[in-house]
Amino acid sequence: MLRVLLLTLSVVAIADAELCKPDAQNAFKVRLSIKTALGDNAYAWDANEEYLFKAMVAFAMRKYSSKSTTQISNVLVCNVTDRVSFWFVVTDSSKNGTTVPGSQVEAAIRMYRNRINSAFLLSDKTLQFLKITSTLSPPVEPSTPVWLIVFGVVLCLIVVGIVFLIVGGIQKRKKKNKASTERENLEEKGEVTVTVENGIPCEALDLKAGHINGVFAADDERFTSL
Amino acid sequence: LSVPPEIPKEDGRPKWDNKFQYILSCIGFAVGLGNVWRFPYLCQIHGGGAFLIPYFIALLFEGIPLLHLELALGQCLRKGSIGAWNTISPYLGGVGVGSWMVSVLVSLYYNTVLTWVMWYFVNSFQEPLPWSVCPLNENRTGLNEECYESTAVNYFWYRKTLNITPDVTESGTLQWWLILCLATCWAIVYLCTIRGIETTGKAIYVTALFPYLVLTIFLIHGLSLPGATDGLAYLFTPNLSTLKNPRVWLDAATQIFFSLSLAFGGLIAFSSYNPPKNDCEKDAVTIAIVNSLTSLYASIPVFSVLGFKATTGYWDCLDRNIISIINEFDLPEESIMRQNYTAWISFLNSSYPQKIAGLQLKSCDLQEFLDQSVSGTGLAFIIFTQAIILMPGSQAWAILFFIMLFSLGLSSMFGNIEGVFTPLLELQIISKSIPKELLSGIICLICFLIALCFTLGSGSYWIDIFDSYAGSVPLLVIAFFEVIGVAYVYKIKRFNKDVKWMTGRKPNLYWQITWRFISPLLLLIVFVAFVTLQIQKSPSYAAWNPKYEGFPMKEEKVYPPWVLAICVLLAVLPCVFVPLVALFHLIKRMHRSKDSSFVPPEVFSCQGANG
Repeated sequence: MLRVLLLTLSVVAIADAELCKPDAQNAFKVRLSIKTALGDNAYAWDANEEYLFKAMVAFAMRKYSSKSTTQISNVLVCNVTDRVSFWFVVTDSSKNGTTVPGSQVEAAIRMYRNRINSAFLLSDKTLQFLKITSTLSPPVEPSTPVWLIVFGVVLCLIVVGIVFLIVGGIQKRKKKNKASTERENLEEKGEVTVTVENGIPCEALDLKAGHINGVFAADDERFTSL
Repeated sequence: LSVPPEIPKEDGRPKWDNKFQYILSCIGFAVGLGNVWRFPYLCQIHGGGAFLIPYFIALLFEGIPLLHLELALGQCLRKGSIGAWNTISPYLGGVGVGSWMVSVLVSLYYNTVLTWVMWYFVNSFQEPLPWSVCPLNENRTGLNEECYESTAVNYFWYRKTLNITPDVTESGTLQWWLILCLATCWAIVYLCTIRGIETTGKAIYVTALFPYLVLTIFLIHGLSLPGATDGLAYLFTPNLSTLKNPRVWLDAATQIFFSLSLAFGGLIAFSSYNPPKNDCEKDAVTIAIVNSLTSLYASIPVFSVLGFKATTGYWDCLDRNIISIINEFDLPEESIMRQNYTAWISFLNSSYPQKIAGLQLKSCDLQEFLDQSVSGTGLAFIIFTQAIILMPGSQAWAILFFIMLFSLGLSSMFGNIEGVFTPLLELQIISKSIPKELLSGIICLICFLIALCFTLGSGSYWIDIFDSYAGSVPLLVIAFFEVIGVAYVYKIKRFNKDVKWMTGRKPNLYWQITWRFISPLLLLIVFVAFVTLQIQKSPSYAAWNPKYEGFPMKEEKVYPPWVLAICVLLAVLPCVFVPLVALFHLIKRMHRSKDSSFVPPEVFSCQGANG
């Protein structure tokens, strides 16, 4: 009994080694860059992380095709290096000794890439499936280009400044014109204007201007008699 | 009675609010984009610190004398360039017209460079910066091909900004975003020059002083970046053997000359608004020294940032090689670091040479990255923008950088526009009743309409043409005739008396020797050398052609004959006015001398007009 068990196990192991090896059919190489992604919080890659990886691949296969009956034991991982990189292949549970076509595996992984990435706290660049290209996310474009908004603000400020200066200039010129026309008018009416000196119209004073000061001369009583 | 501020002195001429405004305007005019993107480049390619020797010799014997001459001329004659030269001698009137013509041509294309700066400025408010990522191609399977093969920064400059055509003869279409920015730039220039120096005098406080603030901020930040010391060491390490190359002396002389903005007529216009008794000698020395010190000061942050960029590029190169090696040999991460890279490479090369050769690793050499020297628009819009992406908080740095460039260019534009505006105000053809606002508006509108040509797909090629031909040779010719005119036609003795009247002391021996002999001789040598060099190299240009097989290298193309004709026209047109006007007056005099009622014109004197 024991011998039969050992025999079947060794057959399975050899069969596995046949199915999972570098550049095998339907096998994919995976490369992780944990230290680059996480720095000081990097975890070590050990058998438990491998188990999680197998579980995630099985999860993706099962979700991709509802008919799929992939078990964790169907996912074979081999050639783990220090890099960390390894090859994996998914065996078909219904037919012994065959692997699931690569296109199916690829499609499944592509569909649930996000989930697989987040399970390992990595991204498309740090968890690389070497034959599976990732679809690029489109760049975020706001509805109005930002530069138009800034540009509009700048232009409004400038237009306000120009209008302000032009209106100011026109007003200044109007004031200057008014002041100069007033001066002109005063000069024209020179003969008709009443010249006023100290609040007393000149004609009211004695015509002997300069000889007798009519203002003082008019009031004799002010002086005390000698 | 409150006197409106623009009521001027006896001769009805507006004046500066204070001396500081005048000095600041001259400094702002002299300090321009060239101080930031041409001087550091020249320092770098001509042996670092050793370049300062020919630079200061040129400053001493060419820059300062010519500057003093122009400032004294404007202050004494109190007219713009055309009026001033007509007053000195009617035969020299062509010099003024030539200056005016050059100012017009330079104003046209200079503001378009500011348009590009404004475009980058308004785009700096985005996150991420638009020149940091490549857009996707049409079917979203990968990055845009043109962008992928060159870099995102190159793509943004050549495609998204200029939308450049592969050839100067293909004009392409008008780029609407550039037209908008061009209209804004001309509106800003109009806003600031609307009433001549009354408005530029206020604006200059901001546009002339702000760049110094930003340069200081960049200096402090730049020195803190990794690799800054490499860049600075590279810049300033003197290599005295380069001084044997006459090209270095020529570049120093031309750099001083163009950097001080001589022969544009703008300096004459600025100093013509001064009170007559002003120490123009001290002003000239101050302005020249501040300009040169600014060039030196600006080269420090520029080279810190370039050193940082080179170091980052070198590290990226190393990292890419390291990743390839780790992936190929399945070594653990971080087993090869930058420090032990060379040790590992030699070890692996000896043990697995074929594998290493198969990887096609690029050789990473820091010196090679530092040697990638660029001047002009390439420095600002490609190299610097790339460096800014690598800094944390890139939006803020980009915004600061482009506002600084805009202020630098704007203060130079004030001088250019003043060189156009002031002579027009004095010409008899413009009636006095036209308000200044209208005249400056008309000038800005006409310039804007003509400058629309530069917003075509081939616009940047045309700007290079204008810069190389209209903004170089005519200035040398005009400056030469300026010095000869003052020294030998106006006579240096009269000029000495005028300067003595203005400053209070006779110009000393240094000025006498330089004005009479050294400066004209130096200008003649520089002019001949410059023209000889230009003629020797065939006029070609580097075109950005995505279909070129060597892309992303630029394709060397030759100008077609009609473009060459335009180049020659641009160079010759301002210069041709000098002999034309002289000839015109000669013919007029010959006609008059037959007429017996000919009265010789009065001899002009500085004191006579103002004493």
